Amino acid sequence: MTDALLTGDLPLPPRPDYLRHGVTLKSWLITTDHKRIAILYAITITIFFFMGGIAITLVRLELLTPNGWLLTSDTYNKLFSFHGIVMVWFFLVPSIPNTLGNFLLPLMIGAPDVAFPRLNLFSWYLTIAAGVLTVYALIAGGVDTGWTFYTPYSTMFSNSHVFAAASGVFVVGFASIATGVNFIATTHMLRAPGMTWFRLPLFVWAIYATSIVMVLATPVLAISLLLVIAERWLGLPIFNPANGGDPILFQHLFWFYSHPAVYIMVLPAMGVVSEIIPCFARRRIFGYDFMVYAMLVIAGIGFFVWGHHMFVSGQSPYANLIFSFLSFIIAVPSAIKVFNWTASLYRGQISFEAPMLYALGFVGLFTTGGLSGLFLASIPVDVHVTDTYFVVAHFHYIMVGGSVSAFFAGLHFWWPKITGKMYPESWSRFAAILMYAGFNMTFLPQFFAGYLGMPRRYHTYPPEFQIYNVMSSSGAAILALAYLLPLGYLAWSLYYGERAGKNPWGATGLEWTTFSPPPPKNFDWQPRVDRGPYDYHAEGQSAGLDPPEVQNARGVL
Amino acid sequence: MNPVFSLPEASTHAVRVDHIFYGLLVLTGLTMIAVFVLIVMLAVRYRRGSSAERGPLPEIVSREFEIGWTSATLFLFIFLFWWAASADLSGLSAPANALEMHVVAKQWMWKTQHSNGAREINALHVPVDQPVRLVMTSQDVIHSFFVPAFRVKQDVLPGRDTEIWFRATKTGVFPLLCAEYCGTDHSMMRGRIVVMRQEDYASWLDKQPEGDDLAHQGAQLFVAQGCSGCHADSSSVHAPKLTGLYGSTVQLSDGRQVKADDGYIRDSILQPKREVVAGYEPIMPVYAGLLDDGEVQGLTAYIRSLASPNRTQTDGAAK
Amino acid sequence: MTDTSGLLREPWDNFERQRSAGKFGIWVFLASEVLFFGSLMLTYTVCRIDHPEAFAAAGRATNIWYGTINTAILLTSSLTMAVASQAATVGRVFRRLVIWCLAATASLGIAFLVVKAFEYKEDIEKHLVPSAGFALHDTGAQLFFGLYWLITGVHAVHLIIGIVLVSRLALLGYLQKLQIGEAPEIEVTALYWHLVDVIWIFLYPLIYLPGRAS
Repeated sequence: MTDALLTGDLPLPPRPDYLRHGVTLKSWLITTDHKRIAILYAITITIFFFMGGIAITLVRLELLTPNGWLLTSDTYNKLFSFHGIVMVWFFLVPSIPNTLGNFLLPLMIGAPDVAFPRLNLFSWYLTIAAGVLTVYALIAGGVDTGWTFYTPYSTMFSNSHVFAAASGVFVVGFASIATGVNFIATTHMLRAPGMTWFRLPLFVWAIYATSIVMVLATPVLAISLLLVIAERWLGLPIFNPANGGDPILFQHLFWFYSHPAVYIMVLPAMGVVSEIIPCFARRRIFGYDFMVYAMLVIAGIGFFVWGHHMFVSGQSPYANLIFSFLSFIIAVPSAIKVFNWTASLYRGQISFEAPMLYALGFVGLFTTGGLSGLFLASIPVDVHVTDTYFVVAHFHYIMVGGSVSAFFAGLHFWWPKITGKMYPESWSRFAAILMYAGFNMTFLPQFFAGYLGMPRRYHTYPPEFQIYNVMSSSGAAILALAYLLPLGYLAWSLYYGERAGKNPWGATGLEWTTFSPPPPKNFDWQPRVDRGPYDYHAEGQSAGLDPPEVQNARGVL
Repeated sequence: MNPVFSLPEASTHAVRVDHIFYGLLVLTGLTMIAVFVLIVMLAVRYRRGSSAERGPLPEIVSREFEIGWTSATLFLFIFLFWWAASADLSGLSAPANALEMHVVAKQWMWKTQHSNGAREINALHVPVDQPVRLVMTSQDVIHSFFVPAFRVKQDVLPGRDTEIWFRATKTGVFPLLCAEYCGTDHSMMRGRIVVMRQEDYASWLDKQPEGDDLAHQGAQLFVAQGCSGCHADSSSVHAPKLTGLYGSTVQLSDGRQVKADDGYIRDSILQPKREVVAGYEPIMPVYAGLLDDGEVQGLTAYIRSLASPNRTQTDGAAK
Repeated sequence: MTDTSGLLREPWDNFERQRSAGKFGIWVFLASEVLFFGSLMLTYTVCRIDHPEAFAAAGRATNIWYGTINTAILLTSSLTMAVASQAATVGRVFRRLVIWCLAATASLGIAFLVVKAFEYKEDIEKHLVPSAGFALHDTGAQLFFGLYWLITGVHAVHLIIGIVLVSRLALLGYLQKLQIGEAPEIEVTALYWHLVDVIWIFLYPLIYLPGRAS
């Protein structure tokens, strides 16, 4: 066999890529190919994203006037609750891990699939079942507890479909745990020869850290919702003060999961950005080791800061101080990552394709959101701004400005690998810039409104806040357009896009050594690794203009 | 001042909070500008094919550099924690001479009561330049008492009292809002804090309809609910006597000593078997479910008023 | 060398790795279960610290005989499961022992559920279900029993899953469809079964011993 045959330069006997290997619906619904499961997830989360988006569109329309004009209070409350539940659990948590993570993790480590392919498919079916329960809750009349299900409102006072919604979230939690188990086992046991831990791409480390958080935190969410269901449906008194129960106990259990959950939502995004910046700056990432440690530290300390959501809940002042301190500490590794991404631009050869625009947008918006977190970690300031739009702005900067931008960055970056087609560059750059502008216009006014005293979850509001709400709603219209654009041009590219080669970006990483789209078993040869992950140039040097010598296999077939 | 663009600093605490807020704003603003400028500068200078110098990286780019900026960030954030925490600690307990008022929250209104019994709905009149301590509870779900102009907020819980204190520094009317989602009309659960000059407050208070003085109410309940049967000084039943109890230290049967504050009185009424006084049997009937929160507050006020002739009443500091 | 090619699954090309991955995976899953039951036990702990006498009184109302018999049953089932698992690693020579022990484990699991059913019936008759006619009057006693029904119910669900898994293995073994000695499923299921047992070992003192231990 010649080298040319091994690299695929000579035509191998034609065989279909993973997309065309089996064209029936059944072949998709019983697939165990991680790449197909990633596509199934991608379709699912896109549907949920637009459902959650429609809900909040109605909310933002309503908020154009201080006294409401479109919706009743109950409907309004149900819409923001639906938005939160769907966006957190059916979009953000699965988005990067279950679409990009599923697709790329085996490819990046040189494996033919994940450790437990059938469990992977089962996770997707759990997500679908959970989605059915949650959509049922909506159709049956909605749930109005907020995505946070606080007791005793959710257990004893709400007249809405708490059981269906809480069950939906309970079930999707198990999908999350199963995915976490799968990815951890995959990373430990399926790395190609030569792929040591400190040669792993940062995206793999990010997915790994996220998976640990998923496995350890999600069970506590399951219990907190199970307790709510037990109290509400079976009449078992857990949080009822009349029986000696403590409603604050629910908050502790809920936030013990929900704080680490935000790291589930942001760590994968950081991983995506850490792949894209080196590629488009043609530079090794600055401080690889510290980037790894930072992610692990964030995942670890993330379990010990939940009380910063409860500074005004009646928690003890001593607990408040400890949680405040740890919240400041956890900001440090995130700051390190921002410095390192910035420093990775130094002496680069930077180009500004859409993935890079989204990635740089991530750095800016994540930095803003993260810095606003310092305000919230300071107890006296938090007492003033908690439960106001300041917090709403903070978490949207990180979740939407951060995670969603990174999701789009990754979607565009790996689009050629996933689909074998290139997306149209000008449209995508336009959408990226529009998204950035629309996002800031939507959420920056909310910092001001919050500080000035506009509480969150308010259907009607004092008239002095109208100008901020009008600005925010106008920005939301632009943002909505910016989200619809990729839906359009990416779909277009599936049929009319330019055909992509194995490595259109000249990136390092094992996924770029195989065909676009990859064959069902990922690699036609056994990958072997003999170098680090971002070998764009020699160590201690600046970026060059030559494509990197990618780590590749000259192994035995 | 235009409420659209500014929020009055109407309490002593507000000034402190705003200092920290603006300090953080300057710091984070500078950081953001630095990061943005740096990214833009690097992006332009090192754009593909530009003539800027590439070649071997200068030695400053090293592990020590990384450890350096990590440590600097860590120390800065620890300093910020210390700065914010000291402001928090100094505001924790109400001064001893604070005027006590009671708040009961329910879906979807605020019921307030002054210590002389005057009641208000969705409003609270307070004197300026006088610390005010609010003892709050909820009749149903969790609400949150939020006065943006004072920079204070505290969740109001069912089955428990929570407290907040402030010292208003400006007269005027300031919005009160509910800040914890509590159902359909959460956004309508708003009120007014009316800060008046001290003379005006005194005369306003005088003019209020003679709602029963809270302690007076409590005295009536004390008899009607059967408490006096055991606890009145004249009773022959072996039960702890209540004169001078409030603020004193109580020896419990399990060996612990506790202070007889509002929480202790409340628990002793609603769950008397939890903390039994040393030397007494746990035979007091349980009043949980028989008295509502307003009535418990009345009884507490009455017991507080039973001062021992030798003891001053200022022991009753914030819980 | 025994032929394990029939057991080899995607994505593995080496059966030993596949086995190790199976065992690794179940350990990771057990970590999530520890957090799952751990948070229930934490809830119990917080409530007990708030209401010590009520919990003591409520604990005395449980039936310690049923609880202790069940503990003995479950510990024995862990023994039979461990024997099955160890025997399976030796190989086909212990096939009958393995199948009998698996069957014994499943049967003991079912026995536990039967005893539990009697216990539940008695609890209902003694009005220990939190509701208007609840038997005990201490505030907090209803809390104890609310948690009792929930935690033992969740444990029972886990036990039922375990019984199904163990029965399936016993059946497959009997029908000569299980490659004893190579298949990692017995060891993986054993680990799950032991976890369910360990959880019960923690639940026993929490449910049956308050108010009785001192």
